[in-house]
Amino acid sequence: MPTPILQVRDLRTQFAMPDGIIKAVDGVSFDLYPGESLGIVGESGSGKSVTALSLLRLVPEPGRIVGGKVMFRNEDLLQITEQEIREIRGRDIAMIFQDPQSSLNPVRRIGFQVDEAMRAHGTSMAEARARTIELLKKVRIPAAESRVKDFPHQLSGGMRQRAMTAMGLANAPAILLADEPTTALDVTVQAQILELLGDLNRELGTAIVMITHNMGVVAGLCSRVMVMYAGRIVEEGPVEQIFDNPQHPYTWSLLKSIPRVDALRHERLRSIEGMAPDLSNPPSGCSFHPRCPFRIEKCFTKEPELIEVGSEQRAACWVTMERARREMGADSLIDIRPGAGSGVHPVEET
Amino acid sequence: MTRYIIRRLAWMVLVLFGVAAVTFVIAFLVPGDPARLYAGPNASPASVAIIHHQLGLDRPVFVQFTDYLWRVLHLDFGFSYRYSAPVLPAILQRFPATAELAIAGVLVEVIVGLPIGILAATRPGSIWDRITMIFTFVTLAAPPFWLGLIFLYVFGALVPIFPLGGYGDGAPQYLFLPALTLGLGGAGYYARLLRAVLLDILPKDYIRTARAKGATARTVMFQHALPNALTVLITQLGMDLGYFLAGVVVIETVFAWPGIGKQAVDAIFNLDIPLVMGTVLFGAVLIVTANVAVDIAYTFIDPRVRYEA
Repeated sequence: MPTPILQVRDLRTQFAMPDGIIKAVDGVSFDLYPGESLGIVGESGSGKSVTALSLLRLVPEPGRIVGGKVMFRNEDLLQITEQEIREIRGRDIAMIFQDPQSSLNPVRRIGFQVDEAMRAHGTSMAEARARTIELLKKVRIPAAESRVKDFPHQLSGGMRQRAMTAMGLANAPAILLADEPTTALDVTVQAQILELLGDLNRELGTAIVMITHNMGVVAGLCSRVMVMYAGRIVEEGPVEQIFDNPQHPYTWSLLKSIPRVDALRHERLRSIEGMAPDLSNPPSGCSFHPRCPFRIEKCFTKEPELIEVGSEQRAACWVTMERARREMGADSLIDIRPGAGSGVHPVEET
Repeated sequence: MTRYIIRRLAWMVLVLFGVAAVTFVIAFLVPGDPARLYAGPNASPASVAIIHHQLGLDRPVFVQFTDYLWRVLHLDFGFSYRYSAPVLPAILQRFPATAELAIAGVLVEVIVGLPIGILAATRPGSIWDRITMIFTFVTLAAPPFWLGLIFLYVFGALVPIFPLGGYGDGAPQYLFLPALTLGLGGAGYYARLLRAVLLDILPKDYIRTARAKGATARTVMFQHALPNALTVLITQLGMDLGYFLAGVVVIETVFAWPGIGKQAVDAIFNLDIPLVMGTVLFGAVLIVTANVAVDIAYTFIDPRVRYEA
């Protein structure tokens, strides 16, 4: 294994809200290797975006990074000065956002906004503009020379996302954090953007962290995936392995809820019962237990740690799918409501 | 875009017609016979009647009104009873002093207000924020005539740095205190306005994008946040300038500033109705023009307006 380019250890980010502290990121640790593409999946509010924003110290008010380490080139990004982190943003670690409609400044021209990614790091105006045009061509924006003079509202959603991608790649960063870059786009444009990111990953060797709630996006782009739930990583491992043999019931349910064209007719599309937990008042024990079909008594009280469940695959679960299949008949289960498959049926929660 | 401007101009004509109608009605309702005022206190009833007829006051209201509009269209704002001279030249003669004060006042608003607003918005909740907000509160709450008198007392009498009012043939030291008094209340308002607008803009996604690119706090503020705040500021600025140009009655009076506001006050005391009407109409033209100018300025500031219009 090569040395990781980014090491995140026990990252904790909290939001002080009027009705309590929300632990948006609650002890996340992972390594990112040069040139790899890592997917972070999870529902809205699982902490995946806040994790990415924390790496660059861009967490919005009233969020605070309260603990952990983010090691990049022998420096802890959480400890360096504001000036130092500013120099890393966009140059070494770039970030692109979802919804380019709101993520681009409506009153500044596209050219200015792409130039800025380079101008912020000392590139001259003329040089930046030349490279901007080159970048816009690279992300396949037609008539790049004249498009630089356009304002964001004159571009289509797909083109705006391309322009945003061009910004992220302007300084050929070592790491690109992509926060749901395809969510607001229709599927064909989505595919184009993913293809583009894949090409750039291969050509420039940029490590990509792809944040998404879409398992399909992960399958298409990533080699490794982390599944987040309620601010924690519940499962991680190589993409194929996770898709073939998920061990955490949450991952299993997520994969079950993807519509498939090759599914048998009578096979019902399953949705995950219940709602994402209220992070200001998280459930006791494993935070997934109120929605888990395979919970056992231990799940109500003790929080599971990430443990090795296969080669390079780790999951945080007391039961894991292997046991759920063996003892609770998981695969033949039609009803996946909480506790349905469980051998033990603890008291139903209201 | 041309259509948009034409629409605004058409609207402007309509508003001015409305203002002309309202000023005419008010003048009509004011008690007292203009002919008597014009003729003077010692004139005989016969000569008053003649003047009454000469001024056309015995004609039907409608005829008087259309006649008035027609004359206004030809820039004839009437004849001042007191000065026995046409109204418009009298206003124009006083106007440069008012314009000077108005522009200086707006400059004070901007130069004092904007930095305070930016400072407060950058560190909301900090001690700076609180100090500046107290400052704005005080300047906003203080009545201009009182503030003016305090300034005159402190900087004119106690520590005589500035003259005690008057125009001084346009010497800058005469302009300083009235401009400060005029601009300070507005500065407080601008600081609050800009703070509120910026606090709304700073959490936006595109600000986060700029920061993620590695832009400095300064660039984020001046290249990203402020351009988005500009439409709101320009709106207020245009209205203020129009309002100030229309004559700042109180401040011109306190500082004995020979502008159109002071002249209008004198005209009211002298029941010089044509001069009052003329000043009101003149002011209305300036305010409405400023508003239309602001609307047109939008098309240059905010590209979205330019293309949607």
